[in-house]
Order: sequence, then C-alpha cells, then structure tokens
Amino acid sequence: MIHSLFLINYTGDIFLEKHWKSVINRSVCDYFFEAKEKALEPENVPPILQTPHHYLINIYRGKLFFLAVIQTEVPPLFVIEFLHKVADTLQDYFGDCSEGVIKDNLVTVYEILEEMLDNGFPLATESNVLQEMIRPPTILRSVVNTLTGGSNVGDTLPTGQLSNIPWRRAGVKYTNNEAYFDVIEEIDAILDKSGSTVFAEIQGVIEACVRLTGMPDLTLSFMNPRLLDDVSFHPCVRFKRWESERVLSFIPPDGNFTLMTYHVSSQNLVAIPVYVKQNISFMETGSCGRLDITIGPKQTMGKTVEGLLVTIHMPKAVLSANLTATQGNYTYDLATKVLVWDVGKLNPQKLPNLRGSLSVQSGAPKPEENPSLNIDMKIQQLAISGLKVNRLDMYGEKYKPFKGVKYLTRAGKFQCVLMFTKSVLGSLVPGGLTHPTEGEPCIRADLDGGRLSFPHRLLHGLH
Amino acid sequence: MSTTALYNDQGGGAETAVEAGQESTATAGAGAAFGLFSADFKKNEDLKEMLESNKESLKLEAMKRVVGLIAKGKNASELFPAVVKNVASKNIELKKLVYVYLVRYAEEQQDLALLSISTFQRALKDPNQLIRASALRVLSSIRVPIIVPIMMLAIKEAAADLSPYVRKTSAHAIQKLYSLDPEQKEHLIEVIEKLLKDKSTLVAGSVVMAFEEVCPDRIDLIHKNYRKLCNLLVDVEEWGQVVIISMLTRYARTQFISPWKEVTGLENDDKTFYDSDSEEKKDPAEEKFCLKRNNKQKNIAVKMRAHGTKCLLCFEVVMAVAQLYWHLAPKQEVNMVTKSLVRLLRSHREVQYVVLQNIATMSIQRKGMFEPFMKSFYVRSTDTTHIKTLKLEILTNLANEANISTILREFQTYVKSQDKAFAAATIQAIGRCATNIAEVTDTCLNGLVLLLSNRDEGVVAESVVVIRKLLLTQPTQHSEIIKHMAKLFDKITVPMARASILWLMGEYCERVPKIAPDVLRKIAKTFTTEEDIVKLQAVNLAAKLYLTNSKQTKLLTQYILNLGKYDQNYDIRDRTRFIRQLIVPSCKSGALNKYARRILLAPKPAPMLQSAFKDRDRFQLGTLSHSLNSKATGYQELSDWPAVAPDQSVRNVEVIEPVKEWAPLVGKTKPAQSDDKFYSDEDEDKKDDASDSSSDDGSSSNSGSSSSSSSEASESGSSSDEEAESSDESDKSSTGSEKSSGESEKSPHESEQKKKKMTKKKTKKAQAEKRQQNTSDSDSDKDSDEPMQESSSSSGESSSSESVSDLDSVSAAKQQRKNNLQPKAKVESTPEKEVSLLDLDDFLPAPTNTTKSSVLSSSLLSDLEGLSLSAVSATTTPVTSPSFGPVKSYELLHHMTGKGLSAKYHFPRQTCLYGRCMVAVQVTLTNGCERPLEEIHVGERSPVGLKIHCFNTIERLDPEASVTVSMGVDFKDSTQAANFQLCTKEEHFSVSIQPAVGELLTPYSLSETDFCKEQSKLRGMNETSATIAMATTGISNQAVAKRVLSVANVGMVATSESHIHRFAGRTVSSEVLVLVVLDLKDEAGDGGKLTVNSEKSVMASMLLRDLKQALTQA
Repeated sequence: MIHSLFLINYTGDIFLEKHWKSVINRSVCDYFFEAKEKALEPENVPPILQTPHHYLINIYRGKLFFLAVIQTEVPPLFVIEFLHKVADTLQDYFGDCSEGVIKDNLVTVYEILEEMLDNGFPLATESNVLQEMIRPPTILRSVVNTLTGGSNVGDTLPTGQLSNIPWRRAGVKYTNNEAYFDVIEEIDAILDKSGSTVFAEIQGVIEACVRLTGMPDLTLSFMNPRLLDDVSFHPCVRFKRWESERVLSFIPPDGNFTLMTYHVSSQNLVAIPVYVKQNISFMETGSCGRLDITIGPKQTMGKTVEGLLVTIHMPKAVLSANLTATQGNYTYDLATKVLVWDVGKLNPQKLPNLRGSLSVQSGAPKPEENPSLNIDMKIQQLAISGLKVNRLDMYGEKYKPFKGVKYLTRAGKFQCVLMFTKSVLGSLVPGGLTHPTEGEPCIRADLDGGRLSFPHRLLHGLH
Repeated sequence: MSTTALYNDQGGGAETAVEAGQESTATAGAGAAFGLFSADFKKNEDLKEMLESNKESLKLEAMKRVVGLIAKGKNASELFPAVVKNVASKNIELKKLVYVYLVRYAEEQQDLALLSISTFQRALKDPNQLIRASALRVLSSIRVPIIVPIMMLAIKEAAADLSPYVRKTSAHAIQKLYSLDPEQKEHLIEVIEKLLKDKSTLVAGSVVMAFEEVCPDRIDLIHKNYRKLCNLLVDVEEWGQVVIISMLTRYARTQFISPWKEVTGLENDDKTFYDSDSEEKKDPAEEKFCLKRNNKQKNIAVKMRAHGTKCLLCFEVVMAVAQLYWHLAPKQEVNMVTKSLVRLLRSHREVQYVVLQNIATMSIQRKGMFEPFMKSFYVRSTDTTHIKTLKLEILTNLANEANISTILREFQTYVKSQDKAFAAATIQAIGRCATNIAEVTDTCLNGLVLLLSNRDEGVVAESVVVIRKLLLTQPTQHSEIIKHMAKLFDKITVPMARASILWLMGEYCERVPKIAPDVLRKIAKTFTTEEDIVKLQAVNLAAKLYLTNSKQTKLLTQYILNLGKYDQNYDIRDRTRFIRQLIVPSCKSGALNKYARRILLAPKPAPMLQSAFKDRDRFQLGTLSHSLNSKATGYQELSDWPAVAPDQSVRNVEVIEPVKEWAPLVGKTKPAQSDDKFYSDEDEDKKDDASDSSSDDGSSSNSGSSSSSSSEASESGSSSDEEAESSDESDKSSTGSEKSSGESEKSPHESEQKKKKMTKKKTKKAQAEKRQQNTSDSDSDKDSDEPMQESSSSSGESSSSESVSDLDSVSAAKQQRKNNLQPKAKVESTPEKEVSLLDLDDFLPAPTNTTKSSVLSSSLLSDLEGLSLSAVSATTTPVTSPSFGPVKSYELLHHMTGKGLSAKYHFPRQTCLYGRCMVAVQVTLTNGCERPLEEIHVGERSPVGLKIHCFNTIERLDPEASVTVSMGVDFKDSTQAANFQLCTKEEHFSVSIQPAVGELLTPYSLSETDFCKEQSKLRGMNETSATIAMATTGISNQAVAKRVLSVANVGMVATSESHIHRFAGRTVSSEVLVLVVLDLKDEAGDGGKLTVNSEKSVMASMLLRDLKQALTQA
C-alpha cells in the first residue's frame, strides 16, 4: 500500500525518507514541489497528486509535509489517516512534531516507522503498543542506558498487541488512582446581522485522563443522554451497552485519550453565548473607513465568557487602524492585515466596544472584500448543550479512585454572517431587482477556537 | 566514541552533515569539531572501524549513525560487509538496526546478504515470538530472488505458528514474496486459504490484504469465511477493517442480488405485465428467498453501521462503511451514513478534501441524502481553495426549487470573496443553478448582469462568459441584456469577456440591429491592439454582420478583414482568409458562398453546464481512482449485481456436513454443498440470468418476427442479457415486442455484431446436424467466447419459430426458480465408478449408490411405477435419481490417431460431482501400444469459457491396460462439442466430446398433477410435437420407456392412463424443465403423438427428433 514516506520541511528539504518496499528515488518528490510551487500556500497543495508512475498523498502538519508514495489503488483516506497517525505518534513520543525534534531523534523515528508499517500495511499503530516496543526517550533512561548498556528497544512482544484490548497495556500501576473527564463543547454557528441563528450545532468531545492501576472496568452514565445525536466512540467502548442502556462501559486505555465525540444537532435549540454588533464601512471617496464593534453576552447560563479574542482579516487596502477599545487592547499587523482585539473577560455590565477609523490606501478602490472576523472565547464549567455526567462506577478493581469531571464550552466555527442589506447581486435572491450599491462590507466572523489550555482543573467530585 | 559525539551527531551535527553532504567537496569550515562529517569517505572509514570493534556500545553507536544516513537518503552501501557481521548480535536494538540496514541494501548486494540468511533461519525457530516475527519480516523484505524457496518455506511454517502475531507477519510476507516472484502464486494462494480460516482478529486484516493483492479474483476462497469475517470485523483494528470492508463490498456485489432492483422496477410506470405479474404470482418461496438475501445484506450493513458510529477516530473506516452502504445497501438505507460523513468534515483538511469529493459524487445522484445537511457545506473563510470549490460544487448539486434562494444568498457572499479563483467558480456555479432550475434563470441572469458592473475584472469576465452560456439556452426576450453588455464593452478589458461579448453580438445581431454595427466600429478601431481571441471574434462578428446587414457594415468588414490578413498570428490570418472566401462572393467560391449564411448563423445548441463530478461515479467511492478521476493502477472495477443470486449455501460452514448425505433423499432440505460447487456458481448465475430474463424477454421481443430474424432475436436476447439487471429495461423490450426486433436491427451496435451472429448461427446449424452422428470432429467453429450469449441466442432462435405467451414463460421461470429452491441440486455423494452400469438393464430409476440407505428403495419405486401408482404416492416421493438406460459409448480418440492411445467416453448419467451444472462423462483410456504411456492429462480446451473438470493426471498407463476416469463438462445446455486436448507426456491429441441432447438432462420427478400443471405452462412456442409411426401393440410400457430413456436422461412420471407415458427432466446447466409426453392413444396400434415441452425450444426440437428416431426404429 504505502511504498515510501518522505518528510519535507517548509522550505522543501527532504530530511527523512523511509522505504517499506523497494527504494524509490527521491526525485519523485519533484512532482510534489511543482505542485507546491503552484499552490503558493502550503495548505493549498492538493492532498492527492498523480505522477506518471506513482501517486503522492501528502498531509501538511506542523509546517511539515508528510508525503507518502503509492503505487497502486488504495483508499486515499487510509493513507491520509495513517500519515496523521504517524504525526500523532511522533507528537506522543517527543511532545512535538517538528523538524527539529525529528532530526534530533532520527533513529528513534526511523525505528518507530519501521514498526508502524510492514510492507506498506500498518502493523502496530496503537501508541501503547509502540511505546512498549520502542520506549520514548527520557533523560533518565538515556542516562541509565549509557551506564548499563541497556537499550530503548523492547525485546518481547507487547501484550497489548495480542490481547483483545490492544489499547491497554498490562501491569499498570499508580500510587494515586485518578480518572478525569473533560466534557468540551464547541459551538459551530452562523449568525446573521440581526443576531438570529442561521445555523448552529454543537460538537462535543469527552477527553479522558485515566490513571488507574490494573484492569479497571468503568461505567460512565449521563443525566440526559438523549441530547446526544450522533456519537462515535473510542474502540474501547462497548457499543451494545450504549445501544441498550445509553451508558458508556469500557476498559480505559492508560493515560490521555478521547473517549467519545458527539454532536448535538441544530434541531435542538442551541444557546448562543454572545452576540456581536458591528459596523465596518468605507467611504466611497476619501481614504478612510469606520469600524465599530460591540460584543455582549447572550445566553451564558450565568457563567462568564472568558478569553474573548476578536480577529479581523482586513482588506488589503487598509493601511492602518486608529481605534479605541473600552476594554482590552488591540494590535494591527500591517503585513498580514490582521486586526486582533484581545478583550479578555466579558463584563455584562460594561460591554466592550472597539471603535475608530481605518485609513485606506489613497487611490485604491474602495475595498469590497469581506473583512473576516475571528473570535476566540471559552466558558468554564458549562457544557452549552446541557449535557451532564451522572456518575462513574468502577468494577474489577478494589481501590477507590479519585474521579473528576470538568465542563468547558468554546467557540468552534462560529460565524456571524452579515447579509447585505442591499444585495450585491440584488435580484439574485428572489425579491426584486435593485441596482447594485457598493454594498456594505460583510463581516464573517470566524470565532475560531485556538488550542485550549487547562490552567487549572475544575473538579467536581462524583459519587 | 564519546557521548558528546553522539549528541553532536543527533543534534546540530546532523544539519551540518546535511550541508556537508550537499556541497560534496568537504570544506575546512565544517570545523574540526565535526571532522567526522567533513568527508563521506573518511566518515565511512570511521564507522567501519567502530562496527568492527568489540565493544557493543560502539557498534550500536555506529549503527545509529548508519541508520541516520539511510534516513537522510545518503548512500551507506559500502559498509555492508561490516554491518552484516553484526546480524547475529545479542543486543536487540543493534540487531534491529542491522535489520533496517539489511532491508535497505540487501537488494543491491545480494551475495553478501546471503551471509545473513542462516541467522534468520535460526531466529525463525526462536521461542520469542517477537524475534520469530521480525526475522520473518526481514527475511521476506530482503528482495533476493535466490532465497525464494527459503521464504516460501518460512511463510508456510509461520502460517501455522501458534502466535497470531507471527501469523500476521506471514500474511504480510505473502505479499512481499508475491511481488518478488509472482510464479509462487499457486502456493501462496494455498497459504492464504489457510490463513483465511484463522480466527484471530489480528490476522484477518492482513490476510485479506494479501488476498486482495495476490488473488483478488479467487472470490470463492471467501465463501466459507464470509460469515466469520463479518462477525470478526468489529474487533479487527481499523486498518484491517478498511481492507475487509472494501473486499466485502466487492464480494457482495458478486454474490448477492441487487436490493435496488425492486425499487427501480416500481419507479417505472411503463411496466406492464411483469410487474403486476410478479406481484401476483410471486410464490411464497421466492419471496422468502428474496427476503433472506436482503436480510443478509442488511445484516452486514447493520453491522457496519454499528461499527461506523463506533469507530471514533478513524475516518477511513467511516469512509469505507459509507462506500459499502452506497454500493450495497438498499436505497432507503444509504441515508444512514450521511451523518457520519458530514461529521468527518470537521476533521483534518486532507480528510475533508477526500470526503467532500465523495460527497460531491453522491450528491449528484441522490440530492436527498445531503439536503438536510446543506448548511454544513457552507464555505468558511478559513477553508482552503480546493475545499471551497468542492463545497461550492456540492451546494450547486444540492440546489433545487425549494432551497435555491438560500443557496443563492449564500453565493452572493462568495462572489465577494477575496479569493478570486473561488469567486469566479461561484459565478459559474450560479450559472449552473440558473440552467438547472428554470424558476431562477431570470433572476440569476439579472444578478449576473449586475455583477458586470463589479469592480473586479475577473468577476466581470466570468460573469460575461456565464451570461453568454445562459443566453444561449434561452436567447429570446434578452435583447436588453445584450444591449447592456454592449455598453459595457468599453469598460471590460479581460480578453475572454470581450470575446464573449463580440460573439454574443454576432450571434444575436438581428435582435440588436443598431447596436451591433456600432460595436463592430469600436472593435475596428482597436483591432490591432486586441488579444488574439478577441480578434478572432471580431472577424466572426464582422462576417455575421456582413451577412445580415451588409449595407452598413460592408466597409467595416472589409477593413477588419484587411487588418486580419496581415496579422502576426497565423490563426487570425487563416480565419480571415477563410471568412473572406466564404462571405465575399467571387467566382471561385461560388458554391460555398450560397451556404455562408447557413454556416455562420446556424442555430447553436445550448451548452450544458454540468458538474465536474458527473462521471465520477464510474469509480468506486473512496478509492484513489475516484479521487483522481482516472483509473489508478490496480483498480478493480466493482462488478454489477448478479441478476440472480448465486447459491448462498456456499457460505455455510462445514458444520452442516453430516446432513449432507441425507439431503438428497429428503429432497426438501437444501443440501450442503461441497467445495466443488464454487466452480459452477458463476456460470450458474449466468445461466439463470439468461434463462430468467432473456429467454422470455428476448424471445417475446421477436414473437412477431419470422424465423429468418432469428439472428436479431439472439441479438435482443443477448442485449437484454447485458442489461438483465434493469428488469424494467428488458420489460420494456418485451412489451413492445414487435417493435423491439425492428429496433434492434437499427441500432448500430447490434447490427455490428449481426454478421458475427449469422455465421455463428450457421455453425450451430451445422453442429446440430453433426450431432446426430456423434462426430468427434473438433473443427467446428467455436469462437464464441461468450457461452452465455450462445445459450441465449439459442433460446431466441427457437422462440422465433412460434409465438409466445409471455405470462406462461414468466411463470415458468418463476416455477423454475421455485424448483431451484426445493431439492436444489442433488449432490449425490460420489458413487463409485465401479457401479456396473451395463448390468442394470433395469432402466428405471435406480440408486446410484447402494451403500446409501435410501428410504424408499429404488426397486420398490420402480415396482410402484410399473403398477402405475396414483399421483398421490408419487407426490410423497419426489425423489429423483439418475435413470439408466443402456449406455452407449462413443469414440473419443481412435488408437490409430492416438498413436496407441485410444479413448472412449460415455455418459454415466449420474449427477456430476464436480459441479451441479456439469454433465458427468466417463472416459475409458486404453493403451494400445507397446510401451507404457505416461502423464495422460487434459490440456488446452476450447471454447475459452468452457468448464471442464478434468480427471487427475494418470501417471502411467501400461500397455494393454485401460483405465476409466470421470470428468465433468459444463455444456451450458448446448450441444456444442467440448473440445480439449488429451495429452500424454509426448503427444497432444485434439479430441471433442459431443453430447447428445438427451444427455444434457437430468431426471426430475413430478407427480402427474404437477406434471400437467407444468405442462400447461409450457404451451405455445415452448411445445413441439410430432406424430410417430410405431407399432404400439404388444409393446409393454417398460419397453416404451426403455426406448425413451435410451435417448434421454429423463425420469418417468407415474401416470394413471396406460396409453400415456410421461417423462420429466431438467437441463443440467440451467435447470429448465423438459417434459416429454408420449401418447399412444391410437389403439389401432400404428402410431402415437410425441410432445416435448420446454422453454429451451431448440433442445426440445432436437430431443423430439432423437426420440422419434429411437421410437420408430424399433
């Protein structure tokens, strides 16, 4: 299936190659470079390329291209998924998946790749299994190894590889037994100018961190499992019990893992935590524009909206911004034309507002592109869908673990679409032919949640 | 070597090394600290020393660096001798690194690599499974052809290893060995077969992968394991799941009947009799059969779904399940995957890309599937361009009258996107919506016109182009828009847009008679500075105006043509010259001149604005080929559904085996089938296919035509075969019975084949004549590589002779299917050849195998029959066993031509044990020469599709000795000879077995009432009869029966009337009923009437002739 793998950095250097079948010359990558050249942005490189003799499937992650060379028909998602798995594994091992880290651990990476694939077909991809075969490098271990001549390579087959539960290794031991569950929800929404919801849905995920001794068998139940619309589970979850009883019953993997993802569809009423009032306009003549944004809380269930961050991609013609923020501060990056307004905590009494003027390159035509607006925010201790974990039971082991659950809501792909009051396409929407006015700029707010950090765990004891 | 050096090597040193490597000349600047890396040569020397040292740590160090070199793609091959010595190292990490090195370079240094083989062989016996597995991995990965036998041995051993991990490795090794030496295929298939039986989830995925790579066509290997695989699937790791699911998709496509069929049938309003008929007459048995089949499918489907939702992070599994649903599940169930697919859109960019591509294809065919999720395809500003375009594509596909306004509103935003390529694509999408949905055409057009005043040139240009296309579809009432565009002409600078406007002016110059010349005037002014495409269109416009309005534009045209004549571009010069000749009357071009108007101003067909994904559905979803929209190497077409489900009992696992020997006797239980069944499966369904859908449809379609049109009949027969699936298709052809034969004549595709058919038919006739004499000639033309067509043509042929009653034949087909259900193929367990057939002068049904404890002994049965038992008892014993007449044997090979070897064959009239649709043939080989003959076996055979189950090679045949062997031949219910080569060690003799038509039958037992019922269904053209003159007086019933049975292998049916003899049989291959009635009513004693009823009317008429001959001779 997968013939060879090339790791290529941002500038186009091939710094690692691995062949699982006969060796393919790295000149095959030239086709990729050609496509990369054409695409301008690395994200725009088509994931699947065809060359006279091979097919190239690539992913772009962490400023690195993972390029797989294929010779025969194969489901492309298979390869893409595998490449992501490689990246995930490297991240697991070294905490980061960047060129520097890979170069530093070249031999280990090579050994991992060797184990992951045999003759182009995945052999051992479970992180647990791999880590037993090739132990992740730690300072302690490298010191011990230099002293004793030990090695990082396991000499027995990991038990996980053979067992029915490959995700858990045998003989796990902890002094503190604890199980934490984070219910994280992302709102995807599109709001129109009046603030009404065009489209909203909630994507939820339950991240778990389980450090329990032995072979615990856990059962997690919800107060209101009916909310969940479309669910998918980690392989460890017993699907039949979910079907019949709507509880999650599983033997957990050791450490961090994603227990389930779910979806609360737009049929259920989705609460929108914030509203945005905004007005960006440019003068027809003269080189200036005005900007006025206000953000207010909408349905926050009594919780505070934190980490509010607004990002607006300005049209190219905008030279500078002269604004005043009632709260937080803003920056305008001239090179990328991105306006960032870091609001912080949302104060319902005094709504944060950003207003002022924009200066536009003189002589340039009035910008008509839509400045796009990204907002990041999160709400602690709240699952916006209303999902609640009921209890967690453990069977199979004697000790009493410490259990905790945390809720978090954040913005996913959250858009505020401003429909044109006077349409650009006028008559496109049935309703009459109007002459095109140079329509107001449309603001598409992408409240794109960045990576979430867990500064402190908010724990709620469970029975 | 110190640790610092190691650190340097892995840290910053690595980069230095890369640079040093790039500038191949070592520079002093590389520094003393990294002296090691300053020159490749020196470095390798150093590594060599380290590898040869005694210290383990130094070796490890060196190996790490060597592997580092490999990883960076540098050549380290010269270290091979030094590295290979360490292969036996005790240090596992060192060993693994050496393995890595070996796999990389063994191919280049084969001789040296052989040094390591013995180590691997030893490691293969290691108690540690990890070591065994990795030894096998390396052994199979070093591509050294010499060790192929060793690899083969190792694989075989590992396949039986106790550890599933080692077995998994051996499954991988199979593929490696196959790519190294494809000649090992047969042996490897054996191993695959063995591993397929493995119950470990670990092995399942890998072995199916090996199966797909080595022998994807051996679908028969899956039968036994199909259910197991379905059950295991949930527990297999995700990679294996994908492979298994895609394999199952293929499997199901060949092994199950289409669940869509009924739906499509109902959708079709044209359906007349067939539909109603099938509803009325669908007997419960058949219904049950269908249901069962569908259930099976649902079964997998349901399992998969459970699975798809279960699998959390593996997108590829969801996709695999989706494609399975798409290709297999009943239409109404496909929607189940929608949600999961949409969920994937939140995943990585690359995943989104592939998923969107697949959704785009799906959304063309089934809008409904994704309509509820339309909003998920709204473009977000953060999407990359190709994802945006794909989403646009999907939105356009989903557009319909109800949601068009929402979609258009969304499109408005996109038009203003900063991404110009995307904005242009949006305008095209609007154009497509406009053509597809008539209601919004005008609004779209108006909107696009407004876009013409957009500031962005790209947008304007694209709009003009799209407007041009839209106007073409409805050119009336739009002169306003054309005028508007004419006004814009000054502002627009994009060549394509300008050209489009000019073209529009020219095309509709009569609608804008005043403006068009003005535009021409403008373009004449700027002609020299225009782009080439604009110039070409300017010439076009001039020409068209000249034709319609020569008074105003004559001079302008001349001016432009003159300019064009001296243009730098030869295309333009060319065009100018051509146009001038065409429009300006001159003595030379008088002929064309007349038509200039018709040439230039011909009405043009409107362009089709179609989705780019229109034709993608020819590829299986989720495949690489689908993504690329071109066939990738190794892509396997997904076959169409079989028209009739192949036997499903093949999937039964052996557990039922003990029942087997009883099954034939009970008659109602379905016999468990032996492995040999697989051979027959495929063509069985072909047969059924031919008989079910085409025999009635095909034949009915020429009911009106005379016998001379038999070649057409065969055409339509075969063509309906091809489309046998779409029952509505063929139904139409049968309703328009008279028409269709005429039509088929017209259709070019068929008339092409016609000639071929004609000749084929001739040969058929010739054969029919020869048949009588049992010639063993093999020269008859057997080019028909499609036996299926052959058989259908025969049905067509015969059908043309008489008119048909559709109802009857359909119901007969039904009945026959029902029959299939009941005592489906008596698999008689192998009767010994020694059963001395000739001794049985009792011709009545007799047991083939005396050891078998038959409930009703055959002699008793025969007695009963002799007493002409009432129908009641006959129904209680629906037993068929082969009937034996006196056996005729025919010459296969004369000892003169065979250089001593002579062969005779006869038809033992047993159920063939090699396949249900095969006729058993026994061949007696005699050695007539002085020396022993060796290795007698069957060689090449023809026609290509012919299925022969050969006898095992006879190693040695002593002089004067003879041996009887049995074979199975699938004649496909035609009397075409089976040609093959009989080979000895030295010689090849072409021989052929010519079956008499009576031998192509098997006895079938029916009660008298059933017989009459069946017979009543086979009237009309399915009946042939003749009067025979024979002395009937004084002839016992038995004697009559004997004569009949001497010709045909049919079963006697007990009758209540003494003067009527009834015989029933079925054709071996397609199991079509053949009924023979001999009515000796004429008590005067000088004759009677012989009637043969069968759907296979060719066979019937031949049988009639044979019977008549046999009966009159006596």
